[in-house]
Amino acid sequence: MFSETIELRGHIIDSLILPKVLDEILRAGGSFKIHQIKIGQQRVDQSFARIEVSGPTHETLDELVLRLRQHGAEVVEKADVQLASAPADGVFPANFYVTTNQQTFITLDGKEIEVRPAIMDSAIAVDGASQRATAVKFYEVRKGMKIVVGHQGIRVAPIQRSTARTEVFEFMSNISMEQPKSAVIHEMAREIKRARETGGKILVVTGPAVVHTGGAEHLERLIEWGYVDLLFAGNALAMRDIENVLFGKPRRMNLDRGSLDDEGHENHIRAINAMREAGSIARAVEIGVLQRGIMCSCVRHGVEFVLAGSIRDDGPLPDVITDAIEAQKAMREKITGVTIALMMGTMLHSLAVENLLPANVKTFCIDINPVSVSKLTERRRFQAVGLVTDVEAFLRELTDCLAKLDAASARDGGKA
Amino acid sequence: MRELLLCPPDHYGIEYEINPWMSRARGAEAALAQKQWKDLRATLSKLDCKIELVTPQPKLPDMVFTANAGLAVGKKFIPSNFRHKERAGEAPHFSRWMEEHGYQISWLPEDYYFEGEGDALFIGDALFCGYKFRSDIKSHRAVADILGCLVISVELVDPRFYHLDTCFCPLPDGGAVWFPAAFDEYGQRAIREHVPELVDVVPEEAAHFSCNAVVLERDIVLPEGAPRLVTTLRERGYRCHELPMTEFLKAGGACKCLTMFLPQRGATPNAH
Repeated sequence: MFSETIELRGHIIDSLILPKVLDEILRAGGSFKIHQIKIGQQRVDQSFARIEVSGPTHETLDELVLRLRQHGAEVVEKADVQLASAPADGVFPANFYVTTNQQTFITLDGKEIEVRPAIMDSAIAVDGASQRATAVKFYEVRKGMKIVVGHQGIRVAPIQRSTARTEVFEFMSNISMEQPKSAVIHEMAREIKRARETGGKILVVTGPAVVHTGGAEHLERLIEWGYVDLLFAGNALAMRDIENVLFGKPRRMNLDRGSLDDEGHENHIRAINAMREAGSIARAVEIGVLQRGIMCSCVRHGVEFVLAGSIRDDGPLPDVITDAIEAQKAMREKITGVTIALMMGTMLHSLAVENLLPANVKTFCIDINPVSVSKLTERRRFQAVGLVTDVEAFLRELTDCLAKLDAASARDGGKA
Repeated sequence: MRELLLCPPDHYGIEYEINPWMSRARGAEAALAQKQWKDLRATLSKLDCKIELVTPQPKLPDMVFTANAGLAVGKKFIPSNFRHKERAGEAPHFSRWMEEHGYQISWLPEDYYFEGEGDALFIGDALFCGYKFRSDIKSHRAVADILGCLVISVELVDPRFYHLDTCFCPLPDGGAVWFPAAFDEYGQRAIREHVPELVDVVPEEAAHFSCNAVVLERDIVLPEGAPRLVTTLRERGYRCHELPMTEFLKAGGACKCLTMFLPQRGATPNAH
C-alpha cells in the first residue's frame, strides 16, 4: 500500500467535507486512518483532521490525492524529494517515481521545480547543480544519475477543464455513435482555427486509412491552408499516398471507380522504389517525381513529418526511421508547442503519440472502430474528444467547416 | 435603505469565453444591454436602494458583474482573486473604489481563488460559499478566518452554474431559492441541514438564471422566464419584479451578478 498524509481544515463538519473526503477515499478503493481530529467547539470554530490515506498503487493514490486536493486537502509534505542513483545505464533505481502526463513539480532544497517535459511513463532525473528536473526515458538514464524515488516532495498540478471554448470538451467529452457529429466537427474546426490563430501547433497523426477512404485530398487541403504543422505517421500512410499519386490506384482498390482491381498489387513496391531512387520524399518532390499528394504537400508547405517504421513495413521508404527509440526521440523533439493533436484511423500510432503528449494538449480521436476511440480518449478525460466515424467523411466535413470559418473571418476582416 | 454597487455596461461585450454561456459568435447587443441594465438600475432605485457606480474600464467587459468584485461585510472588504486572467484586471479598480469609500481591505493570499459575493452568500450568520469552478475551497477557510463566521462550503458540479449566486439565492426569512442539481450530493445535504425553507427551481427555469435575483426584503428582482418560481414566491408574500436580461445571460450573468451589496451584511461579531 502506498500512503500520503493529508490535512483538512475549516468548517469541514458543517460543510460535510470530512465525510465527503472519507467516502471518496473508500470509493477509490483506498483506506484511511485518522491520526488527529479536532472538532470546533463553537459554531464559528474551524475543525481540523490529519488523515493518512492509503491506496493500492501509486496511480490510484496519486489520482485520489489529486481529487481530495480539490476539496481542500493539503498533503503534508514540505520535505524534499528523495533521490537514489541509477544502478546502471538504462536502469532506474528501485521504487522510482513514474511520471504522468500532467504538469509536475518536485521540491528540492525546499524549492519547487517543474519537471520538464510533462511526459508520462518516465522517471525524474535531478541535477542538483543546475536545479533542473527532467523526465527521462530508459534509454536516457546513465549510471549514477540522481533519480526521484517514492512520492515525497512531488506535486502534480491537476489539469483544468477546457475554458477557452467549453462546449466541445465540457459537453461532448464522451464518445458515442449517436453524437450529433456535425455539431462536434464544427466545434473541432473552431478549436483548430483558434489554435492556428493563437500560434499553437497542430499535429496530425494518421494511418493509411486516410488514403484508403479517399480522404487524402481533404488532408492535402488542410496542409495547403496551413492547418497542419506536424505529421506523424508510419511507412504505410506515406507509401499508400505516394502509390496513389504515382499509379492512381492503391493496391486492389481503384479509388476513382471504387472497384477492386486485379492488377497493381506491385504498385506500392514500385512507389517505394521510386522514392528510394530519388533518395528521399523531399528530393522526389524537388525533381518532379512526386507532384501531389499528402507527402508532397507536406514538403511544399514546410510541414515537418516523422515516419516511424514497423516490422510489417514494405521497403521502407527512405524517410522512415526504423529504430523505434530513434523515432520516439524524433517525435519528442518536435512536439514542443503542439496544442492540438488530430488522430485519425490509427490506434497504435496514436497511442504511442499520446504517451508523448503533455496532458494539456487537446486530442481529437477519429476512428471507425469505437474501441480505438474509447482507448484513445479514456486517459485524457477533459482534453480529448472522440468521434466514431469514417475518416474521409470526417475530413470532408472538417475542411468544409474550416473553409466556411475562413470565409467568414475574411468577410469580417474585410468589413473592419 | 440598502446600498448597491453597479457598473454601467459601457465596455460590456462577449470578448472571451470563460463559461459555457459565452460564445464570441453570439455577441451581446450593446444598445439592448444598456437598456436592460438601465431598467435594472431604475427598478432597484425605485425599491429604495441607493445605487453607487464604479467607473467601467475598457478591455474589462465583465466588470459590469460587480457581484464578483469581492465580499463586503460591515466595513470590511475582501477583494476577489479571479481564476481567469481575463477578469483579473478588474480587482484593482474595485478595491480602489472600496478603499476610497471607507472600506478596510483584507486581501486573500494570491494563490487562493475567490470570486466575491458571486460565490459567497449569507443566510443569517452562516456564509454559504461555492467552490470548484471559480473559487477554491482554500479561500473559504481564509474568508472564515477574516470574518470569524461559520462557512458552509458547497461543491458546484454543473459548469453552467459556475458561481453560487447562479443557483442559490437566500431569502430574508432564513430560507433560500435554489437549483439542487447544481450541487453535489454533500452540498445538497449541507444546504438542507442548514436552510430550513428551501424553494426548488425547476431545471428549465434555473436555465434562465432565476436564482440570480436581488432580494430586498419583500421585493425580489429577477430575470424573466420563471413563471412557476414567481407564483411560488408571490404565494409566500414576495413582490416579484421580472426583468429581461437576455444580453447579460449571454455572458452567464443576470440581476444578482450585476449588483453587489454594500455591505452584504453588518459586521460579524467575531471578525478579526
